Amino acid sequence: MEDQIITAVLVSIVAFFSVFVITPFLIKYLEKRNLVVKDYNRKGGAMVARPGGISIIIGVIASELILYAFFPSIHILAIVITSSLAFCVGIVDDRKVMGGWFKPVALAFCAIPILLLGAYDPGLAFPLFGFVKIPVLYIGLVIFMIPITGNTINSIDVLNGIASGFTSIASFALSAALFVMQNYEIAIASLALGFVSLAFYRYHKFPSRIFPGDSGALVFGATYGAIAIVGHVEVIAAVALLPAIMNSFLFLSSMKKIVEHRQIKNPTFLSDDYKLGATHDKDAPTTIVRLIVAAKPLTEKEIGFVIFKLAIFSGILAVITAFLMDVRI
Amino acid sequence: MIAGLVYVFVFAMWLLILVGGGLMVVMVGPLSFGGSDGFDPILNSGIKIAIALLIIAAWIFILSKVKNWIFQKQLKS
Repeated sequence: MEDQIITAVLVSIVAFFSVFVITPFLIKYLEKRNLVVKDYNRKGGAMVARPGGISIIIGVIASELILYAFFPSIHILAIVITSSLAFCVGIVDDRKVMGGWFKPVALAFCAIPILLLGAYDPGLAFPLFGFVKIPVLYIGLVIFMIPITGNTINSIDVLNGIASGFTSIASFALSAALFVMQNYEIAIASLALGFVSLAFYRYHKFPSRIFPGDSGALVFGATYGAIAIVGHVEVIAAVALLPAIMNSFLFLSSMKKIVEHRQIKNPTFLSDDYKLGATHDKDAPTTIVRLIVAAKPLTEKEIGFVIFKLAIFSGILAVITAFLMDVRI
Repeated sequence: MIAGLVYVFVFAMWLLILVGGGLMVVMVGPLSFGGSDGFDPILNSGIKIAIALLIIAAWIFILSKVKNWIFQKQLKS
């Protein structure tokens, strides 16, 4: 137990401080090379550095490799490889605008190392009811899981700090659930993701100094999905991610198809006092932000806090789900 | 008010996951076709996948109805 506590502390420190220290240098480098985008919701339309995925992937790889040094298992290796491949997919999308189907298909390939390394258990554990073994179906689930978690986190990366703050809360909740289930090795892996996203949030929160870009958002999502698979906590991970899944569900049920986010109409408008309100455009998608501002316009910061409170709520549901895993009806 | 409805929707999603999971474990898991005749295991898995997909489709359908019911006013605005 003492070894695990020392590892957890060391991995958390490396995860947090690698991103915390590298990101300011990355911001300067990106600004110098004019790799900036306009933040339309900000007064004066400030230019913000992008993509921040580089510091995020460095944080993930550094911390997970430290964990691998203490617990050399294929599970940790699978997380590192999947995250790295997702970063490559994201950086391609950051540099060149790809079609709506590019990310889901490319992310599906990122799941292949998990299958090749055999870092999964071909069954699903459900609270209250038990375990169901689904060998063939589970392979499909692994291939679908990474695109789903990757695109789900990417789809909530719409306002300052949301993607990193949300990932941080969901990862800490998943980590708590894994500790409850005594899966310490993967709990520490999830803790690392939580600290990486927390350190990035420091620069991503309103007013953002850097955006994660597709490379950052996909690393957040794919790492989270890989942890869920190798930790055998797919259902709990889905519960912790419910507000983001809800956002994707609302979006898809209103748009009826997968489209690249740059092609969609803005579901919100910016008022003169820099508050976001819900648009009345019938062709614009329904999203969680549109619902939150439907009653009255809110500032970007206020919307962020509403979403974080929702993330904490679903995180609590995830931990409850972990406790229910040992209960049978 | 709307924020409260979003919490209700997230909670409904959680309940649907628990119920859907229960159906998977209770119904789909123990299913076995063919018995001693040696029914092709791939076909066996194929049928299970079809049933699982039906459960997912039902999950999405119910969720759409719950969404329309909870957010009726907001979605119309």
